[in-house]
Amino acid sequence: MDLFRSQTSRTVLVLGLLSGAFILFTGAVGMIAAFHEREVVDRFISLGQLLLLIAPFVTGYYVAGRLSANGEAAPKKLIAGLAVGLLTALPSVILLLFNSDEFRFLLFLALRLAPFIAASAIAWHRHQAGAEMQAVLGVWLLVAVLVGIVTFSFALIFEIKGDLRSVLVNVDRDWVEVITFDNRKDLPLGIATFGLVSIAAGFAGSVLYLTPLVPRRALIYGLGITALVGAFGETARLILQENVDRDTLREIFRRDTLRQNAALALFIISTVAGFLWAMYGSQVRESFGNIDTSSRRRLNMVSLVIFVAFMLLLPWLIGRTLSDVAVTIGIFVLMGLGLNIAIGLAGLLDLGYLTNYAVGAYILAVLTSIGPLGLFKGTFTFWMVIPLALLAAMFAGFIFAVPVLRMRGDYLAIATLGFGEIIGKLAISDWLKPLIGGAQGVQAIPKPIFFGAELKNPEQLYYIVLVASLVCLFVSIRLNNSRTGRQWMAIREDEDVATAMGIDTARAKLLAFTLSAATGGVAGAIFAAKVGTVFPNSFTVFVSINVLSLIIVGGIASNPGIVVGAIVLIGMPELLREFSDFRFLLYGALLVLMMIKRPQGLIPSKIVTHEHQSGVKTKLAAE
Amino acid sequence: MAEKSKASPSKILEAKGMTKRFEGLVAVDSLDFYIPEGAIASIIGPNGAGKTTFFNCITGFYEIDEGEILFNGSRLHGRSPDQIARAGISRTYQNIRLFNNMSAIENIMVGQEPHLKSTWIGAILGLPSTREEDEHTEDRARELLHFVGLEGKGDMLSKNLSYGDQRRLEIGRALASKPKLILLDEPTAGMNPRETIETTDFIRRLRDEIGITIVLIEHDMRVVMDISEHITVLDYGRKIAEGLPADIQSNTDVIEAYLGRGAAAATVDD
Repeated sequence: MDLFRSQTSRTVLVLGLLSGAFILFTGAVGMIAAFHEREVVDRFISLGQLLLLIAPFVTGYYVAGRLSANGEAAPKKLIAGLAVGLLTALPSVILLLFNSDEFRFLLFLALRLAPFIAASAIAWHRHQAGAEMQAVLGVWLLVAVLVGIVTFSFALIFEIKGDLRSVLVNVDRDWVEVITFDNRKDLPLGIATFGLVSIAAGFAGSVLYLTPLVPRRALIYGLGITALVGAFGETARLILQENVDRDTLREIFRRDTLRQNAALALFIISTVAGFLWAMYGSQVRESFGNIDTSSRRRLNMVSLVIFVAFMLLLPWLIGRTLSDVAVTIGIFVLMGLGLNIAIGLAGLLDLGYLTNYAVGAYILAVLTSIGPLGLFKGTFTFWMVIPLALLAAMFAGFIFAVPVLRMRGDYLAIATLGFGEIIGKLAISDWLKPLIGGAQGVQAIPKPIFFGAELKNPEQLYYIVLVASLVCLFVSIRLNNSRTGRQWMAIREDEDVATAMGIDTARAKLLAFTLSAATGGVAGAIFAAKVGTVFPNSFTVFVSINVLSLIIVGGIASNPGIVVGAIVLIGMPELLREFSDFRFLLYGALLVLMMIKRPQGLIPSKIVTHEHQSGVKTKLAAE
Repeated sequence: MAEKSKASPSKILEAKGMTKRFEGLVAVDSLDFYIPEGAIASIIGPNGAGKTTFFNCITGFYEIDEGEILFNGSRLHGRSPDQIARAGISRTYQNIRLFNNMSAIENIMVGQEPHLKSTWIGAILGLPSTREEDEHTEDRARELLHFVGLEGKGDMLSKNLSYGDQRRLEIGRALASKPKLILLDEPTAGMNPRETIETTDFIRRLRDEIGITIVLIEHDMRVVMDISEHITVLDYGRKIAEGLPADIQSNTDVIEAYLGRGAAAATVDD
């Protein structure tokens, strides 16, 4: 019993079972089976199997770290790694047994016994705590009946239907296939393989923790990069396809999957690179830190030029399919930058951002469409309408902002959420059907024409998004470091005090809503031109949630953070179809994780320095 | 100047019959008072006497129900807090209320708000006038940082400053608007004796060097008696005494309000 009392074994037990629950849960929702469809390394490992390995590996590594903090010795950490592997496999193995014909009786037994065991355990606990006999019996009876109702009804369902899938739809043949490492027919072998692999992964995790810093970091880089490139094999192939010839491509990929040799080469290269970085990285960073101001300025200029050149060449580097994804990401970056003015700078939690997006899209659609709903049948071009879309969205933003000016925090969020819903309903309503087409939407929106050339490909549309995003970025950087930006931040921090400082808060908030709306309108207009049709279905609350999430994940009030957030939250599901099925599950998990581990976001915002830019004067200015 | 003000002390702030009720509870009850220009005045009174409510009425956070407040002879009541700030009154708070996630110097820059004119369009276009104003704002903020003794800490987030530094930064922010009158709500709360003395000296310097009229709410009687030139005592929203520190110290009503009737009798017997 002492074994379970110590801090160490409790850590191992809790974290191991947590990782086990993770594997069980991802399996039960069908994620593992879905991810198995994508191979990371050709005929070697799939994404689903990688998931099975990553959980015990990461947990083993983490537990070893926790044990270090408890002052445990190395052998204990290794044993902990093994235990974590075992515990990770345990819940899924139990489910496997329950699912098999031979051992299903175990499930029934467990379901039948569960109420009695649970009731007895709780009653015993009450008894130990000194409760009277009658109370103990009462508790026993109550728990037994309550738990019994649940477990007995499950048992009944299973008995009638004959298998687990009636309740756990995704515990199917595919899942068994993945989890037994293709030994579905021979269950004992499958379970043994799964268990051993899991234990090995947990052990490997703890071993990795015990290796010295430099090789450890090198290995982490190597494994991480290889896994990432492998998982995004399709993306990697699409990028390479534009830049290398066919034969080389065939050497590296089999369809969309990294070949084993290529994976090995990539692993070695990235490990060596990681090794070099771990050895000399800090020196490099230090020498960069020591550069004097003028060289630094030159260096910043050079890196800016390289960055701009890269952004300009991007469509040629990544090809059509990925350019399309880049345009989508760009539209969300634009919206992220816009919403950030309201949320990040002024602290106005606006959940109705899709309003502006929809207004922009519909304005462009109605004014430029050459279809039956087009008002002017091509008289207006994309370029003429963009400013109109911007103004219309600003107007909408203004109108919706006026009634909520006095609201704060949660109330504001709910009110704006309501506005968003109203817009969604209006778009689909019969009332506006003659104008915007109801559920059918507006069709036949022509592509923008630039000096006679129709910008119909994503590679070309990309530049529109790029320019719009850069303009928005420029504006938001300028505003961030200005009187207006400081007014917004003051309102965000404490509205009452901001008023007492002499800030006209109503005006500042209106401005924040309006400017934020303008960006949303432009994003909507570009979206409409890209897709060519505008449906009410594109304007659901999920647009607002997506934008909000990418700001939170990237880093509130951080411009680079918003770009990274958009790439992670919008780009990843586009690039990995397997992800997009579980998009909101992954969003939820990611948001929870971020809130716990890194609430400031992936790239936190920085403070603008004011004090140390020029010489410090010491006298208080005379009036 | 000094003689003139002695002859007829001009009233920078004056209230007549000021009343504030909260659903039946009379927090400030037909209060008449004045603050002489250039003075360091204190408002004291037991807990719940209505001191902070009094501040909130002056700064426009609360609308008064009856009476009037005059600032340099012009009406203050009915104006919004930002208008009152622009008129030249600024304040600090009992529980420090800085803009936590802004740097110290940015807090002071926000404080200069009443004197700023640049617009958002100017900021986006980078107009010369806007840049000039920004530079000027920054320069003045640096000077104020130095004045309140926070030199070198300007680019720290204000929430990361020590307690005493936060108190001083709050005063710095209040000074940034170049106010004629500054209201300090318990400036020495939570300070040790040494910090308290420093703060008292600092408040005196404020008045002597910049010539601002100062009104403070304070619980520490040593501070009050040491620093004030004019004291108003409130109890249950009413003014029970007003005058010089020496008068207040011997006033039976005041002692009674603070210590109870028996104590008052005993003290007077002494």
